[in-house]
Amino acid sequence: MNNAINSSAAPAPRRTIDIVNRSLKRRYRAERRFRFYGMAAIVLSLVFLALLFVSIVAKGYSAFSQTYIRLAVFFDPVVLKQDTLVNADYVALVRESLFKKFPQVEGRQDKRLLASLVSSGSVYQLRNMVLKDPELVGKTVEVWLPADDDIDMLIKGHFRRDLPESERRVSDKQIAWIERLEAERRLERKFNTTFLTAGDSREPELAGIWGAVSGSFFTLVITLSLSFPIGVAAAVYLEEFAKKNRWTDLIEVNINNLAAVPSIVFGLLGLAVFLNFFGLPRSAPLVGGLVLTLMTLPTIIIASRSALTAVPPSIREAALGVGASKMQMVVHHVLPLALPGMLTGTIIGMARALGESAPLLMIGMVAFIVDTPKGFTDPATVLPVQIYLWADSPERAFVERTSAAIMVLLAFLVVMNAGAIILRKKFERRW
Amino acid sequence: MPPAYLLIALLGLSTAAYYVGRRKAFALAGRAEGVVKLHSRPTYHGALTALWCAIPALLIFGFWLVFESQVITHLVVKDLPESIRSLPADRLNLVINDIRNLASGNFVSQATDPASQAAADHYRRLRSISHNALALITIALMAAGAVFVRRRIAPGLRARNQVEKILTVILVACSTIAIFTTIGIILSVIYEAIRFFNIIPVTDFLFGLDWSPQMAIRADQVGSSGAFGAVPVFLGTILISAIAMVVAVPIGLMSAIYLSEYAGKRLRAIAKPLIEVLAGIPTVVYGFFAALTVAPVIRDWGTWLGLDVASESALAAGLVMGIMIIPFVSSLSDDFINAVPQSLRDGAYSLGATQSETIRQVIVPAAIPGIIGGVLLAVSRAIGETMIVVMAAGLSANLTVNPFKAVTTVTVQIVTLLVGDQEFDSPKTLAAFALGLILFIVTLCLNIIALYVVRTYREQYE
Repeated sequence: MNNAINSSAAPAPRRTIDIVNRSLKRRYRAERRFRFYGMAAIVLSLVFLALLFVSIVAKGYSAFSQTYIRLAVFFDPVVLKQDTLVNADYVALVRESLFKKFPQVEGRQDKRLLASLVSSGSVYQLRNMVLKDPELVGKTVEVWLPADDDIDMLIKGHFRRDLPESERRVSDKQIAWIERLEAERRLERKFNTTFLTAGDSREPELAGIWGAVSGSFFTLVITLSLSFPIGVAAAVYLEEFAKKNRWTDLIEVNINNLAAVPSIVFGLLGLAVFLNFFGLPRSAPLVGGLVLTLMTLPTIIIASRSALTAVPPSIREAALGVGASKMQMVVHHVLPLALPGMLTGTIIGMARALGESAPLLMIGMVAFIVDTPKGFTDPATVLPVQIYLWADSPERAFVERTSAAIMVLLAFLVVMNAGAIILRKKFERRW
Repeated sequence: MPPAYLLIALLGLSTAAYYVGRRKAFALAGRAEGVVKLHSRPTYHGALTALWCAIPALLIFGFWLVFESQVITHLVVKDLPESIRSLPADRLNLVINDIRNLASGNFVSQATDPASQAAADHYRRLRSISHNALALITIALMAAGAVFVRRRIAPGLRARNQVEKILTVILVACSTIAIFTTIGIILSVIYEAIRFFNIIPVTDFLFGLDWSPQMAIRADQVGSSGAFGAVPVFLGTILISAIAMVVAVPIGLMSAIYLSEYAGKRLRAIAKPLIEVLAGIPTVVYGFFAALTVAPVIRDWGTWLGLDVASESALAAGLVMGIMIIPFVSSLSDDFINAVPQSLRDGAYSLGATQSETIRQVIVPAAIPGIIGGVLLAVSRAIGETMIVVMAAGLSANLTVNPFKAVTTVTVQIVTLLVGDQEFDSPKTLAAFALGLILFIVTLCLNIIALYVVRTYREQYE
């Protein structure tokens, strides 16, 4: 447009170079703009990535500590009769020791408030102590008990103390008690071992990821032990033995398509075939592993095939030349050379399977399961599904636990992918 | 004997069979240079013995486990009292489930009545008989197989050829699993979808404008008659995927262009893997991020601007899904941009084009089929994405294209309809399979088109 105005004012330039020179400024501006867009796109995606990690770490790191309250618990022989140690009234022990600490508290409501400072799960801790050492009965022992999740959130600063009392979950009285406990050094934040060793729970302070981690482990064992041999075998057949015909074409198209089928469809398959038709148990790592096997197979086959094609034909020809059969050529020479690449692909496939949750929702691995699974057919859940379940829970304390569980999951994924990268770097060979 | 131990026994026995076969072959060959007399090396004789020992037993083992629970259930149901057997199918299924749970020692919802306790005992007894029989049969088969081959071992036995033939068959079988998976998906989804379409007409499902799949529990209940018009669900899916693509395509494409055309080696080596990390993060993490970080921010900004934003807005889910998809778009585009021959670039430069003009007018048009293929693959990924929308998008099927409203998607509906208690003859559950069928068909078409485009494009420059 500039051009048009200029050409009417000044004598029209004759030479092409003048037209070019005149437009150069604009074109260089466009060039810079374009370059800026490209840079911005990269920066934007990296900012998203950083934001994701920062928000999760910022929310989650505090879950690795937990508030504990130290109480002088009197193991009352009246409550703990010799024959009923297992189901004695341990709640009473905790309450009594709290009331002894704060003798001025009266009235049912206040007493209930006071008792709710300590987690309802502390009774299991006391019971285990007594069952382990029955000598304790009759003695007074200082015990660190986990605080209730609301108290924990208050100590960690997720609940603000300066809000009006009606708007927070912890009352003024409770705050006063907590401050006294803090002053007496009876309230401390310690490393949260429960989070790493316990199964799921409705109480955030008792919930842990160990159950989900073992569920993931059993599921992945099934997935790995099926998908790796099958995937490698399929790749070897397609790459080394199969003649190019309609049948192998069909298989190839199928594999490529399966790699792009939404994972939830595999869940539907698992539900209809494995659960309803074959009658396998619901929520079991066995079924989860089977579904994930079908899902990761295409990935592994594709990776294995490209590892096989990377092996130069001269090696095959040399083997055949000295009289090896085709199978010997593959098993003795091609496969060992392609194995690192196949393993890399398999690890990446496993990492994806570890993070997958949608198909597992379909086969019932979303159940609320407290016990840690001990085998392949026990009801179990997996780490990503546990994250999904906790993300749905209303308690504030579950937010930080969800984030912490995500951190654990990401840590596993980082380790697996780093392993794949190291493997690739170490065995990568340029022919 | 539990099946898991049986598998270990199988492994041990076939290893033993290997050594038995090999020793026999060595014995036949005699000492010093005798091996030359054999047609195949002794390891092949061993391998043949091991294969014959393991494979028939494994086949029987697999079949047995597949059909065991059905046969036992059938037997148990046959012996149930008449009053239970005449129950309708869904109630009977509940009873059977209770019996199975009892038999495996789990807690059951109701107090156990003696009849189902007896049935559970019966079930457990039958199962232990079945397991023992299985153990006996497989071990007998393994021994028989091993002995059979061992007796046949002779200098002239073409053991290598036979082993290779068996291995080839195994390889072929493994490669057909992909086909069986596809068939399995199609059959299972279609079967249930047809049952659904027998109750709800296809046209009502595809063109109905009202989606509320909650069925009435009692006949006289008000307000929950169940409506299965899937248009709002489809529209919600399209809306969220569209938002995702609006985010992902420009960012992905531009970063691919920058990385392959402008960036230096160092930036490329750092930025490219970092962007790929976005693809490796589990979707459940994105879902959490969308629901707890992005959605509240968008709602706050919306309120600040005076907009009415739902807390489960389509925008939040779509935005985060777009972030997830960036690497799919960028890595595929990157491949195709790199595949454009250098001669095209040189030609453009020699005519005096700037770098951005070359990219916009030469490289991108040359790579466009591949880029379109990549975008189609990304669309199919967006449509099938589940966890983000389950956690961040809503359940209410609103017929709207307003990105600030809550919408629902196909995958969200599948999950909500199928998680929890199910009865397999209510249209509510079957609707999930109908939606799954649609999802499968749509993504399949997108994939086929995309793969076709990509393939023909690849060949163009090779």
